Amino acid sequence: MATNSLFQNADNVSIVLCGQAGMGIQTVEFLLTRILKLAGYNVFATKEYMSRIRGGTNSTEIRMSSEAIGSSVSRIDILIPLNKGAIQHVEKRISPQTVILADKETIGEDFDQTRHKFVDVPFTKTASEIGDKIYSNVVAVGVMARMFGIELQTVSEFVGKFFSDKSGGVVQKNITAVKAGYKLSEDLQDSAGIGFNVNKDTNVEDQILLSGTEAVALGAIAGGCNFISAYPMSPSTGVLVFLAKHAKDFGIIAEQAEDEIAAINMAIGAWYAGARAMVTTSGGGFALMTEGLSLAGMLESPIVIHLAQRPGPATGLPTRTEQADLELALYAGHGEFPRIILAPGKVEDGFYLIQKAFNLADKYQVPVFILTDQYFIDSYYNTACLDLSDINIEKHVIKTDVNYKRYKLTANGISPRGIPGLGQGLIVVDSDEHDETGHITEDLDLRTRMVNKRLEKFELLKNETIPPQLTGPRDYENLVVCWGSTYNVVKEAVENLSKENVAVLHFKQVYPLPNETVNYLQKARKTLIVENNATSQFSKLIKLHTGIDIKNKILKYNGLSFYVEELSNKLNESLD
Amino acid sequence: MEAKSFDMADTDIAWCPGCGNIPILKILKQALAELEIKPTNLVLVSGIGQAAKIPHYLKTNVFNGLHGRALPPATAIKAANPALTVIAESGDGDMYGEGGNHFLHTIRRNPNITNIVHNNMVYGLTKGQASPTSQIGFKTPVQVNGVFLEPFNPLAVAIALDVGFVARAYAGDAEQTKEILKKAIIHRGYALVDIFQPCVSFNKLNTYPWFKEHTYYLEDHDPSDRQRAFKKATETDKLPLGIFYINSEKHTFEENIGLYQEKDAPLYERELDMEKLRSLIDKFKILL
Repeated sequence: MATNSLFQNADNVSIVLCGQAGMGIQTVEFLLTRILKLAGYNVFATKEYMSRIRGGTNSTEIRMSSEAIGSSVSRIDILIPLNKGAIQHVEKRISPQTVILADKETIGEDFDQTRHKFVDVPFTKTASEIGDKIYSNVVAVGVMARMFGIELQTVSEFVGKFFSDKSGGVVQKNITAVKAGYKLSEDLQDSAGIGFNVNKDTNVEDQILLSGTEAVALGAIAGGCNFISAYPMSPSTGVLVFLAKHAKDFGIIAEQAEDEIAAINMAIGAWYAGARAMVTTSGGGFALMTEGLSLAGMLESPIVIHLAQRPGPATGLPTRTEQADLELALYAGHGEFPRIILAPGKVEDGFYLIQKAFNLADKYQVPVFILTDQYFIDSYYNTACLDLSDINIEKHVIKTDVNYKRYKLTANGISPRGIPGLGQGLIVVDSDEHDETGHITEDLDLRTRMVNKRLEKFELLKNETIPPQLTGPRDYENLVVCWGSTYNVVKEAVENLSKENVAVLHFKQVYPLPNETVNYLQKARKTLIVENNATSQFSKLIKLHTGIDIKNKILKYNGLSFYVEELSNKLNESLD
Repeated sequence: MEAKSFDMADTDIAWCPGCGNIPILKILKQALAELEIKPTNLVLVSGIGQAAKIPHYLKTNVFNGLHGRALPPATAIKAANPALTVIAESGDGDMYGEGGNHFLHTIRRNPNITNIVHNNMVYGLTKGQASPTSQIGFKTPVQVNGVFLEPFNPLAVAIALDVGFVARAYAGDAEQTKEILKKAIIHRGYALVDIFQPCVSFNKLNTYPWFKEHTYYLEDHDPSDRQRAFKKATETDKLPLGIFYINSEKHTFEENIGLYQEKDAPLYERELDMEKLRSLIDKFKILL
């Protein structure tokens, strides 16, 4: 490789593939990310896509890096446009440094060397020579793999494995396509002077490549989930799909309900009979579940709700991202009852938080939310292998005797929970106000005691919160507050600042608000909050519970997550 | 077993004197006792409405959920622990109106539960508005010019969906209703029993004498004949009673989910195989 090659000194590279839905971008993304991981690079990928199955323009961003990464950048180092219009779709992200590897034959007049740095790569012609232009995606994988210096042997083997359920002829053609890509790449690197020298990371090998969806679904299994009922809705469906795929292996009932109302009522029924149940949904679907949420509040039923946010109101932008359903989760359901809201930042948080959610739900007999969003769900990167050594499935079900009372008034508000068929007691639960046995009552003094009993549990929840995580100097002057999926991007944006006095405070439990919150906020000379919504819902919640008003806000609500550079620039302007 | 096994120590029954729900409660206790179903092994699931109060007057496990939502939890309870006998019981407004979508899809799902619907053709708890089964011309404080919506026909809908078991009974006939209920409860799969029930306070049209006059029992009827069952279900001059249709060939939801072929243990007795989870997680290491 020539020492004057482009990107030679970069410690991370951003590659964007852009094309129509149905063109196979996802195959390239799948193969390339895994091959990079296999070769020992840190890798991150995310996608933005339209709500359609064919056509439109979608893009996938893949970052490879010598250091661990978990966020999206605006910068594109290498762009592979797969159709006409693709370049326009990402135009704002193209810089003079961006190299566009494009098939002139496919993108036609978009191929304009006066405007951008184009390199003509005949993906389609090469694929056609192998037998079908369908192989052009795999040709592209070969081109990229060679460019990153990954051995042909590794790539061929992995591609062969990926297509192993196809016929022998198809497997062979794909391997031929990879090899053809390699050949193309050799010529390119010489002519275009593209070369990379990103260092490998020895930690990567033992790590896992995990998406938000996979983290949540695996965490549910680790939480003892054996029942999921849901109605398909982007971006939450992947969790249902994953659990359905592994249902037989792990003894899970995975049922597609007729609507979200049925889904949550099924899940509550399942807990009643001794299962550990969850629902997975997005804003509009959860809106239908709010009556059922209130039922869980009244029955004091455990329930785990995975709410994968997308922009609203109403149908909004179905395949895009936002953090605008925090207040929905917080206030949903008529009447007053306690709840817990958790919001993963790092991908592995998705696993550990939902695992804990099942235990918390069972222990306190309350609804527990896992609040994710499309960006979290659809992004993935390599991370330390999930540690099962401290994982416990804490079951709080008791065997009842003949005098059992489901709603026995106790000192802390928690009545031991029995289930039908286990013991000699009868399990009576009622959505009406009820007496200790669970039967309907209009004794208004008892009503007050029952309300107090349910709310007493809220006091217990406040003492078992997950503290926010501080990253950066402990003697910070500027404090950047964030929650949920923005963790990685805020962290990387702050690292890129030239300022030394900035720390990040990330919340993965947003409700009840952790007790440590006030101290952290009071210590800062200046506080700033970053949220993927328009009205800064989390700062409102903080103000309500602490009286502290975070006046500086960086908010984004166009349907996309933050880019590192965009956030760095805004932080630079706002911080002292 | 005696019916009094299901008697509550003290109950303050909220139904009107002469209410058709009262005989249904008595008949149900008798049917359960004759089938030797233990109170601890039964779960009665209901929604909201006058009929939906029935679980509070019967000593057993109770899930008195939301209006219209009895069937989804009933399905899940049975799926989580198939050893339980599960009955979902509510009124016509609850099951066919608010819960209409669940009614359709529960028939399709075919869990091994019994669905008892007290059908009085009126809303009792909210004081006299039309229900999905109210007859054309029935005047109420809301339907001031009389009902003009086509009455919902639960039997015809169920037969159209190839339901496992569907019957219609009349609260005024204890003996026949009890026999129908017993057959429905032991049917393997979803069983619908729609029970005509006079509302003495809010339905002055469909009274005890009216039901006596306008119903008759199916005779020489082959319950495996779906076409004939459908024809019978659509009769309106006189309304047939009895078992309309049985399809015992269908697999139940619990059989179809595939968790109980190898072992009967309910979900609460099962433990996660951590080693299996560990090896699934290891696959995300992406090795050749």
